[in-house]
Amino acid sequence: MEKALKDHAALAEEFIKDEERVDWHDGALWWIRQKRDIAAKNIPEWEALREAASQIKSNVLSNLHDYLLEFEANAQKNGITVHWAADAEEHNAIVYSILKAKDINQLVKSKSMLTEECHLNEYLIERGVDVINSDLGEYIQQLDNEPPSHIVLPCIHKRKEEIGAIFHEHLGTEKGVSDPTTLTRFARRHLRNVFVTRRAALTGVNFAVAETGEYVVCTNEGNADMGAHLSEVQISSMGIEKIIPKKKHLGVFLRLLARSATGQPITIYSSHFKKPRQGQEMHLILVDYGRSRQLGRPDFRDSLKCIRCGACMNTCPVYRKSGGLSYHNTISGPIGAILAPNLDMRKHADLPFASTLCGSCSNVCPVKINIHEQLYKWRQVIVQEGYAANTKVMGIKAMAWTLSSPASYARIGKAGRWVLNNIPFAVNNKFNPWYKQREMPDGSKGSFGEWYAKNGRNEEEGKQPETTQTPDVPLTDKHHER
Amino acid sequence: MSARESILAAVLSNQPPTSALPDIDAFKGTEQDIVSGYRKVFASIGGQVFTVKSLSEINYLIQENFDVSLRIITTLPALHQSGDGIELLSAEVSPHSYEDIELAVLEAELAVAENGAVWLPEQRMGQRIIPYICQHLAVVVPAERIVPTLHEAYEKIGVGDYGFGAFIGGPSKTADIEQALVLGAHGPISMTVFILEEPEKSVAEQ
Repeated sequence: MEKALKDHAALAEEFIKDEERVDWHDGALWWIRQKRDIAAKNIPEWEALREAASQIKSNVLSNLHDYLLEFEANAQKNGITVHWAADAEEHNAIVYSILKAKDINQLVKSKSMLTEECHLNEYLIERGVDVINSDLGEYIQQLDNEPPSHIVLPCIHKRKEEIGAIFHEHLGTEKGVSDPTTLTRFARRHLRNVFVTRRAALTGVNFAVAETGEYVVCTNEGNADMGAHLSEVQISSMGIEKIIPKKKHLGVFLRLLARSATGQPITIYSSHFKKPRQGQEMHLILVDYGRSRQLGRPDFRDSLKCIRCGACMNTCPVYRKSGGLSYHNTISGPIGAILAPNLDMRKHADLPFASTLCGSCSNVCPVKINIHEQLYKWRQVIVQEGYAANTKVMGIKAMAWTLSSPASYARIGKAGRWVLNNIPFAVNNKFNPWYKQREMPDGSKGSFGEWYAKNGRNEEEGKQPETTQTPDVPLTDKHHER
Repeated sequence: MSARESILAAVLSNQPPTSALPDIDAFKGTEQDIVSGYRKVFASIGGQVFTVKSLSEINYLIQENFDVSLRIITTLPALHQSGDGIELLSAEVSPHSYEDIELAVLEAELAVAENGAVWLPEQRMGQRIIPYICQHLAVVVPAERIVPTLHEAYEKIGVGDYGFGAFIGGPSKTADIEQALVLGAHGPISMTVFILEEPEKSVAEQ
């Protein structure tokens, strides 16, 4: 558990050691972002759809109590057993009790970030239940004993050669085989055998319709359905915020979801589960796990609108270059960074700072969550509550003091320029975090204030300004210098 | 207090003042070039489309394009009767007994031009597992059942009398290994749509 103690910057430092991998990761995610753009531009009313989706979700959050009751009543009428879990422990205990009642000790799971958040697999394995993640990416991550690094693309940080080696070690494929089609076919055969032999299947939930008591699960692989339709016990776990009021609202969300996620017009499978199959039991677990608390935070409640498309991750310059595992949270990237502090502010105090606040996440979000503004607001809350790292607090205090007095600002600026020009080794060293991956620039001869005092006035008098003096050049980025 | 009561109480005290639902009835697609639009999108997601005039044409294409020595099943009685060795699907037997299906031929209730997906309520699947467990999936789509977007589709589906239903838009796929697209993850390796350009009657009624 050494990883849990390191913050985003420290974990990212490990990730960026392999420069070739970082470049590939960056490019692969940007390619998906571009596919999203093409798909969005094909829909003339795209922006109106985003607005409608955001408004529907606002309505859901403002009326969640009644919608939960309506959904529960309708689901029960459909023959689904509805459970409620306040936290991860309660959720896991419910899953275990359902399996135990049927004397089942093997479970096949499709993708569910919620059960990852709850650490369900570990909980069940400790109690003698064998759990297999059937989404290919999650399956690979499970074999490698790592959590998913991306909510839609769980092993996007891995190269095919590494996956080939994992398959060789755990599944006995031939050494050196790394062709994606060959590996996928092998997993297909292996997991088919799992599907046909498992009596219980667990799925996540993308949308739950209050009006009809049915819920929708979206996948591309077909793994959720392979598990569910061959099982005698089907369990689905959902966060309470996944409710939508009417069935017709699915039209809005399903048009946005896959296009935002991967640029596909729709996921291959959008499965609408309403009633158990004859002879089958169907259980649905409604999980709070911090969501009602987040609902009570006016600045942050809109984070609950998230439909888990991953678009904010694909576009984020920090995510693309630091990798999802650096966020040490199930949901990584910008959306993870605004959800995680709600669960544990101390543990996740670093995440809202892992952002450039460029706003690209908010621009691509299909439900228009103001992600970058919430990141900025979390920073303020975290500093006020005393959870920010000491270096950060000292830096902020020093900056506040400097900026509050023009005299100290000028004095420090002069000192900084002198240091850069005369003793650059004082800052060009490993003790200065700004020096990592960058060269420090030469100090300019004077401050902008001094330059303006001299030339600004000249200009007003109609004289040519002095241009020989170059303003500060931006820091060189070593990473892109090659 | 039970988990249910404590969650509901926390939600009630923390939820913001009511915010109105937007009117989404204005979202509509265009009926123009709907069949050609569907064909284009379905091909782009890795599917295969044939436009046919009759059931016997479908039967011919099945014999031509699939390995008929393997197990082929359908929910369409007419296809079972006219097709060579095409088995009629039973809702009674265990879903596990369909593990060895090479091809399943079903009929869609609707298809959506904008995204290529077909809508199959479970009655049209025969059994829920069928469109997932088969190696290859073929779906007959009467041309007049293609709607422009999901909005029109949900309007037609309404509440719907089904225990399970799904939009299926193409062969199962994954790109989890280095973003390389692989068709045939856990579900069918291929999906074929037969657009039946014969208004009035569905195949089931022939």
